[in-house]
Amino acid sequence: MHIEVRNLNKSFGDFHAVQDVSFEIEKGHLIGLLGPSGGGKTSILRMLAGLETPSSGDILFHGKRVNDLPPQERGIGFVFQNYALFKHMTVYENIAFGLKVKKQSKEQIRERVSTLVELTGLKGFEHRYVHQLSGGQRQRVAFARALAPEPQLLLLDEPFAAIDAKIRTELRTWLKEMIERVGITSIFVTHDQDEAIEVADEIMIIGKGKLEQKGTPWEIYKNPQTPFVASFIGESTIVEDIKVLKGFDAALNYEGTKALIRPEYIEIGKPGEIRLQSATVNATVKALHFRGSEWMVELLVDNVKLITYRSLEKEVLQPGEQVSVLVHRAYLFNDNDSWIMENSLKVDPMPIHI
Amino acid sequence: MNVMFRSKWWSFGFRSAIMLYFIVLIVLPIIGIYSQSVSRGFVPFWESISDPLAWKAVLLTIKLALIATVINVLIGTMSGWVLIRYRFPGRRILNSLVDLPFALPTAVTGLMILLLLGPGSLVGELAEKLGFTIVFHQPAIVIAMVFVTFPFVIRAVQPLLEEIDKSEEEAAYTMGATKFRTFFTVIYPSMLPGVISGAMLAFSRALAEFGAVVLVAGNIPGKTLIAAVYIFGEIESDNAQGAAAVSVMLLTLSFIILWTVNLIQARRPGK
Amino acid sequence: MTIRRTWITLTYIVFTLLLIIPLIEIFTGSWADGWSGFIEGLTRKQSLHALQMTAMIVVVVTAINTVFGVMLALYLVRAEWIGPRLKRLLNSIVDLPFAVSPVIGGLMIVLLLGPNTVIGSFFEGTGFKVVYALPGMILASLFVTFPLMVREVLPVLQEIGAQQEEAASTLGAYSWYTFWKVTWPSIRWGVIYGVVLTVARTLGEFGAVLVVSGNIMNKTQTATTLVYQDVENFNVVEANGIALVLAVFSVGLLLLMEWAKKRKEVH
Repeated sequence: MHIEVRNLNKSFGDFHAVQDVSFEIEKGHLIGLLGPSGGGKTSILRMLAGLETPSSGDILFHGKRVNDLPPQERGIGFVFQNYALFKHMTVYENIAFGLKVKKQSKEQIRERVSTLVELTGLKGFEHRYVHQLSGGQRQRVAFARALAPEPQLLLLDEPFAAIDAKIRTELRTWLKEMIERVGITSIFVTHDQDEAIEVADEIMIIGKGKLEQKGTPWEIYKNPQTPFVASFIGESTIVEDIKVLKGFDAALNYEGTKALIRPEYIEIGKPGEIRLQSATVNATVKALHFRGSEWMVELLVDNVKLITYRSLEKEVLQPGEQVSVLVHRAYLFNDNDSWIMENSLKVDPMPIHI
Repeated sequence: MNVMFRSKWWSFGFRSAIMLYFIVLIVLPIIGIYSQSVSRGFVPFWESISDPLAWKAVLLTIKLALIATVINVLIGTMSGWVLIRYRFPGRRILNSLVDLPFALPTAVTGLMILLLLGPGSLVGELAEKLGFTIVFHQPAIVIAMVFVTFPFVIRAVQPLLEEIDKSEEEAAYTMGATKFRTFFTVIYPSMLPGVISGAMLAFSRALAEFGAVVLVAGNIPGKTLIAAVYIFGEIESDNAQGAAAVSVMLLTLSFIILWTVNLIQARRPGK
Repeated sequence: MTIRRTWITLTYIVFTLLLIIPLIEIFTGSWADGWSGFIEGLTRKQSLHALQMTAMIVVVVTAINTVFGVMLALYLVRAEWIGPRLKRLLNSIVDLPFAVSPVIGGLMIVLLLGPNTVIGSFFEGTGFKVVYALPGMILASLFVTFPLMVREVLPVLQEIGAQQEEAASTLGAYSWYTFWKVTWPSIRWGVIYGVVLTVARTLGEFGAVLVVSGNIMNKTQTATTLVYQDVENFNVVEANGIALVLAVFSVGLLLLMEWAKKRKEVH
């Protein structure tokens, strides 16, 4: 289903939960609504479902305004955060609910339910009650139940929040595959960036009720359009005083500019290890943390703290040791603007430096 | 579309009916009695409540209800504690019996007390020999009130006791506190909101009690005539305005209590 | 351990004195004049009529109170068309009958609908008697029992939350279907408990009914007001017979309450 949202607003009393959000979603896409908790993602989802009425703005499905349609008539499937399974019904009855409402024949219902049971790997659990299932199984039931009436849009509210970290990854892959196989337009809400990056075709970043950026995970990572997006996606540290960084002098022309630096922007080496020596600054290793597959290194450049990772293959550093640091690029921003800047000294290996 | 339209009208009709019922049944009568009490101006209102028989009845009710509440706080706290904390034969039966006063018609309660403690009964004779009488005197009223309000404190204390984290108590023990000290510094404070709201509900119910009391009190004006019975008497003698005036006093008191209880329960942490 | 034993013993003493002995007294008291006295007391014309009245009031009041109580609880928890502030106000109004003495409750109805009032005389004119007749007694009982159902159902509704109902709506089910298939199974035991409480309270209601009914023998007399009249007339044995019937019902209801409470906790 093709979805369009225009200038959507939602207020709860004085609280402006969703502010002027507009977007379009192509048929068949899997979209992740990503943002911190309480940022308005769930409100957007619930408005799409018709469970909440927008304060203003339009929601269009297939170009038709659906604002006044109740949830019953929108042709959507909704997977709730805690699944909201009917606890006095069995797995079979849960999945069959939407079909019974549609007054399908017993034969049709049995057929559809068994297809879904098969698809979601719930075979043998049809006659169990909800409290007899594990978290992952409950999620599968919720998914099957939402899909049963063949909706055109699947909405999932934090679908993995209530699941153990261990099987969460497994379920993510499963869900992505499943949605691809069914080919249904889907939107899911999450506050976990790994989840969004891994599962979604496209991500919409929502912060404080506003749509900050929409794009593929790679686009958003590579080219964040607001400081909020830059700091929300990936790891980063903010450098308030960019004078300590070498090679970004051009930015000093702009009053109040700060830099956001990701660990992967930084290269470190023992004195002499880095080729572009002139572009480096000296730093002290403040602390080292073993992260399983690499070292996380905390650095002090003057009094500014930076974080980067170092391969286990390289020579082990010691706290207090002096190292050279090359900052390849920085995400710079001030009150008016934000841009990505490459280290200028890196490009010109023989700068005239006074 | 037609279905939707129809269901909207239906639900509108439903809503209005329910809300109307609510207001007509509950709000209107209460407004009615307040307006009736001053229907002939404030002077008759004042005369009604300053009638010595009236205010004596109200004061007596408050006094006896207070006594009954204190008794209930003591035995209620104890029983609540014992029924939750100890396992002993008959516990479950006792726990079910707690609600008996709620289930038993108050008129039956009155009759019961009359039979048990009245003239001719074992206890009645014994008391008489000792030089006092129970039935048709104030003790009987207190007993009736205690019986009728018995479940309130217990039922308010029990859930709080169940919620208390055992480890809090154990922490107190590990720090060297005695059982006695632990009870009063750790357990009792968390029971207290229950005791207070239970006591207030019991007090408000005791103020209002009629059925159990009217049969055993003797209803001697100024001595054993409580407010509810006084109001009943005024109604019987066709003095609706007087009855309403005294009712308003009693009602206002009860509303304040109820409101306080709600406030206490709303303030309870974690709720 | 000795402290423990003292407390348990004390509790037993309190319960025995306050609850168990009185209960036994009701049962033995009615046999004081033997089987025939009991039967005679119970088969008097006014006894049978009073019991009939009580039964009728119980049935009508319970039915009305259940329907309206459940609906109101649903609205107070779920409705979006009531603002949160109004909701809180309505919520506290629900409890008001708890604070009203039954006699005062009865008085209110007399004041509002009595023969001397505007509404009362209007009804009188159409030949429909409210006060000193069955409708008034039902109204009085409805007023007194009003909070019971709402207070049982409301917390259950709050606890189960709206999500299951929302899920049903996204699956295409409308409110009526959703109520019976999704909400009802969850609140069922709360409603049953509320019904038991309502029956118990209506059965035992005395003060409000006494004021509203005028206690006219063979006309507006209920079981409890008959007990009162018998005691006032020193017919203690006859009073005992009816009291026993009422007590038996109460104990039965008490057992039902325990059973419903347990089921309520399980589900």
